[in-house]
Amino acid sequence: MPEVISRAAPPAAEPPEPPAAEDDAPTRHTAAQRAGQVLSAAWRPALLLILLGVGWWAITAAEVFPAYLVPTPGDVANELVTEREMLARHTWVTTYETVLGFLLAAAIGMLAAVLIVYSPTLEKALYPLILFAQVIPKIAIAPILVVWFGFGPMPKVILAVLIAFFPVVVSGVAGLRSTDPELLDLSATMGASRWKTFRKIRFPNSLPHLLSGLKVAVTLAVVGAVVGEFVGADEGLGYVLLLASGNLNSSLLFADLILMSALGVVLFVIVEAAEALLIPWHASRRQGVPLTTS
Amino acid sequence: MTETMTTQPSDAAEQQHATIDITDLTCTFTSKRKRTTALTGVSLSVRAGEFVSIVGPSGCGKSTLLKIVAGLVPPSSGDVRLLGNPVTGPQREIGFAFQRAALLEWRGVRANILLQAEMRNMDKRKAAARADHLIELTGLTGFENSLPHELSGGMQQRVALCRALLHEPPVLLMDEPFGALDALTREHMNVELHRIWRETGTTVVLVTHSIAEAVYLGQRVVVMTPRPGRIERVYDVDLPAVRDYGATMSSPTFEKLAREIRVLLGASGHHG
Repeated sequence: MPEVISRAAPPAAEPPEPPAAEDDAPTRHTAAQRAGQVLSAAWRPALLLILLGVGWWAITAAEVFPAYLVPTPGDVANELVTEREMLARHTWVTTYETVLGFLLAAAIGMLAAVLIVYSPTLEKALYPLILFAQVIPKIAIAPILVVWFGFGPMPKVILAVLIAFFPVVVSGVAGLRSTDPELLDLSATMGASRWKTFRKIRFPNSLPHLLSGLKVAVTLAVVGAVVGEFVGADEGLGYVLLLASGNLNSSLLFADLILMSALGVVLFVIVEAAEALLIPWHASRRQGVPLTTS
Repeated sequence: MTETMTTQPSDAAEQQHATIDITDLTCTFTSKRKRTTALTGVSLSVRAGEFVSIVGPSGCGKSTLLKIVAGLVPPSSGDVRLLGNPVTGPQREIGFAFQRAALLEWRGVRANILLQAEMRNMDKRKAAARADHLIELTGLTGFENSLPHELSGGMQQRVALCRALLHEPPVLLMDEPFGALDALTREHMNVELHRIWRETGTTVVLVTHSIAEAVYLGQRVVVMTPRPGRIERVYDVDLPAVRDYGATMSSPTFEKLAREIRVLLGASGHHG
């Protein structure tokens, strides 16, 4: 996992002893060290990808399956290059639907989590509804959404929201409920309003949980957008996939699949980078050693 | 040492009300499986500017008593008044220090102390100056931006103490605040707390397990016994108002009182 940012020891404080410069306990980073870290974290997955590519190439080279079923890596790469403009346009459409759906899911999910945590009445009213929205097969409501909202991005965004917001609600509720009761007592003796307690204590405290939920949600948002495109669309990676399978164009099909997966990975990495920026203080992100011991 | 603290037993009569007035307090917790009586028949009056220590074994309800005074736990029956007003909800006119430091993980030392100011909408410049003063007083200089997980337990507790004192509260309630400190740091903190109390005239109620701490700091020592929690005895500490740590520890008055309390707690442990 790449260490996106790291928190160096505050300059005012002196660590009791400079820790040995080992890979697993760095306190300060030069650019070279950081690049080294990324490399050391990336070589394993990279090697696996290369091995998979070689295996794929070996299967196609041995002509185990006919070429129209399994294209060679070369064919797929060729497709990615020659059709780059068309693919870029459709990737952009899916990206836009996914990101919009994810952001809406994050906002609505967090709002629902706050309502659930703060109002037992609303909790009883909302939870069954949210659960129902989660268990209903999204692919089954996709046709209705297309009937209602047409072939534009709207039904895709709605599907992405529907599929992505459940993990946000669950993680948001868990996060908000995890506040140390003594901190809430303390806040009460400070005469703080509910809003201030939320803003300064409960919300920041919920971030580690919430961000785990957001990481799940962002990968699900891609699925939502693509499912929407399957059912009715004239653009987007899901639409290209249908088109390619209709034409038995397996090279394009594989190229499209690679782009979809890449989209999910990139968005996941972005949320993970946001996590590193927002909660460098959390135990899961901590680096370095305590300044004092007792 | 400045003599700003003037309220002594003699002029307590001038006070219309005691700072803390507890009358016939009972507190019972009911869970699904059983009823627990945490406190029964507790009456205690604390004068303005007084330092009262409460000692007792675990489970004697002394933490609950403190939380009732703060308005964080409602009593089952009885009357509690703080600064003359009945306690019906969380009280603002207090500083509270918990057993655990209860710091915000994501805030540095200074920002954690200033939480108090933010929550109370205090004047920013005044609060900042006060925070700097308290940081210096408690020896946290150089660690202003350190996060709680980078600090030792003792330093975390000092941050919590600074936070409790930031708004110069008339009443300071402390629930076993030095329990996690090593013996030496604890002595330092006791001396500091004694000085802070002398200089500010704050009324302090300190809950502790340490008999030495209770006697050194308190003007009165309340001894509590468990199951159900009640006040066994209240001792007046016949030691000078200004106490030197070493001299106090070796004084016959201190030794005699400490021994008496120890015997009382030991004896009450048998039928507990």
